[in-house]
Amino acid sequence: MMAVGGPAADRPGGAGPGSADGPGGGAGPGGADGAAGSAVLAVRDLRVAFRTRRGLAHVVNGISYDVPPGRTLAIVGESGSGKSVGILALLGLLPATTQVWGSATFDGAELVGRSEDKLRQVRGAGIGMVFQDPMTSLNPVLTVGRQVVEAIRAHQSVPKAAARSRAAELLAEVGIPDPASRLDAYPHELSGGMRQRVMIAVALAGEPRVLIADEATTALDVTVQAQILELIRRLQDERGMGVVWITHDLGVVAGIADHVLVMYAGRTVEEGSAAEMFGAPVHPYTRGLLGAMPVVDDPRTARERDPLLTIPGLPPDPVALPAGCAFFPRCPIRADERCAHEVPPLTPVAGGRRHWAATFYSPEGA
Amino acid sequence: MSGYVLRRLLQAVIVLIGVSILVFAIMHLVPGDPIRQALGTRGTEATYLAMRERAGLDDPLVVQYFNWIGNALTGDLGVSFRSGRPVSELILERVPATVSLALAAIVVALLIAIPLGTISALRPRSVVDWFATVSSQAGLSIPDFWMGIMFILIFAGTLGWLPSGGYVGLTDDPVEWARHLIMPAITAGVASGSILTRFVRSSVLEALGQDHVRAARAKGMRARDVLTWHVLRNAMLPLVTVGGVQLAYLLSGVVIVEIVFAWPGLGQMALQAVEGRDYSLLQGAVLLFAVIFLVVNLVVDLLYAKLDPRIRYQRAGS
Repeated sequence: MMAVGGPAADRPGGAGPGSADGPGGGAGPGGADGAAGSAVLAVRDLRVAFRTRRGLAHVVNGISYDVPPGRTLAIVGESGSGKSVGILALLGLLPATTQVWGSATFDGAELVGRSEDKLRQVRGAGIGMVFQDPMTSLNPVLTVGRQVVEAIRAHQSVPKAAARSRAAELLAEVGIPDPASRLDAYPHELSGGMRQRVMIAVALAGEPRVLIADEATTALDVTVQAQILELIRRLQDERGMGVVWITHDLGVVAGIADHVLVMYAGRTVEEGSAAEMFGAPVHPYTRGLLGAMPVVDDPRTARERDPLLTIPGLPPDPVALPAGCAFFPRCPIRADERCAHEVPPLTPVAGGRRHWAATFYSPEGA
Repeated sequence: MSGYVLRRLLQAVIVLIGVSILVFAIMHLVPGDPIRQALGTRGTEATYLAMRERAGLDDPLVVQYFNWIGNALTGDLGVSFRSGRPVSELILERVPATVSLALAAIVVALLIAIPLGTISALRPRSVVDWFATVSSQAGLSIPDFWMGIMFILIFAGTLGWLPSGGYVGLTDDPVEWARHLIMPAITAGVASGSILTRFVRSSVLEALGQDHVRAARAKGMRARDVLTWHVLRNAMLPLVTVGGVQLAYLLSGVVIVEIVFAWPGLGQMALQAVEGRDYSLLQGAVLLFAVIFLVVNLVVDLLYAKLDPRIRYQRAGS
């Protein structure tokens, strides 16, 4: 496979597209606290592009991360940043017109380029997924029991009756009252929060080692959001699953993530331990995102607190990414003349322990 | 649920009353005198007047309507002016042939539409998709009388495999029944199949794009199971509606196919009734067609509620 030239090659130290370097072979960052070798899911220099009429759309342009068991990684970015696509691509859930390079290993086995049937065995059983909208992610014409049962029977050959009682156990485990009778309910007969609990039960049915929550609380009421966050945290503790939260809302992950990765235009612009990221964000984009979170005790408006607060403009067109930093056109700082021509590499932040940023700007020097 | 059924039944009855008035009115507005038609050049003026009187044509229209509808409710649709036989008897004679042809044609249509529509939706812009589009366009464009005649020329004439026309009752001889049915069923089914193919294609495409299909794949379900339970199961919902309309259309007689294959169906009977100004027979036939459409629509609605739990819920709640 040919290398994707130009703007996609943003990682001087990283491997070229198509060469699958194993875990530990990537650049320094990319771990949710813990050695890369212990990760269940290890992604290295993943690149995803869609064929479009206008040319290749580079949606993910080289991201790397590790998901160790029992830890929580948050991938944060606005819509179109490639945060979901990266996951869907490595599970083979995107259309056939998608091209994927790089490496993603689950339990040491490569996922990129795997056959559909082998990937199917990882979906659900290795990596479970909870999607954004539980109304549309559940089939409206099948009972919830059926939809949990089919998730169980996709990976284990158990008789229907046994699968049904297992489904009731799963519903009980995710906090659905009177689970045995709820098996025969249709999705529209449940509330949004209950539906999302069903989706979580579905995701747990294959006993996955990694759970991916793709905007799993976005469509829910705030109080229900908190319940779902708490539920997933409890299940993670009980089962020792690695959890990946994909969200555009830093507020959701602030309290639960061990490691945070901020994506912009398909690249990691900043990542680090949650404490360092939230304590001292470096990248202008991250600072903008954090500023966009309302602060209850602070009477000043967002713009008074920090001029970086609102981020005007739109993310760049993935068919024609800018030559330099992808955030340059929207960046309020533009600290360095290299910004327009050179993609800033992900480098350790001065004074940080586990903190990397891809920017030529440094807050201290500004 | 039973409340919903009752409401739908009541609606059907109201529509039926409207249809009966309309049918009756149109028949009496159409120019031409059925008695003169029936008598032809024979008969004196006295016979003519006597027949008019006996047929009740001298009564006020309202009286005539209530006489007709009152008798119709007891199954008496009057007597055919032409043949002098009871209309209900004439209709009942034609029912087995019509139902055989309609059911066989809808089976042919579905056998074409479901596989072809599904495959072309799964492989959009592929060779199969192109073939499906072209052939359904062709199926719609080719006139059925031409197709029927070609079939007769090839399979009855040149090859001599099948009878060129006519109907044999299922209970009389099942093998001959089937042999006589093949060509008319295919001829009538192709056009319906072409319409349904496009319909299946678009509803499968729509179903494929649903979030729950991706969610089902993310569970690790086999591709075949995802297709059956999350794509086709959902895509079949709208097909029930369109398929029902096609079935009602086929049940109310496919005149041209019936004529080409000398098929003694309701369509042919209705045509003869029109040509012969056979009021009572035509009234009976049109009323029957209205009932067929009403019943099929009712069955479709009830089936839809059965297949889609959301509808059951909405209607129970409303």
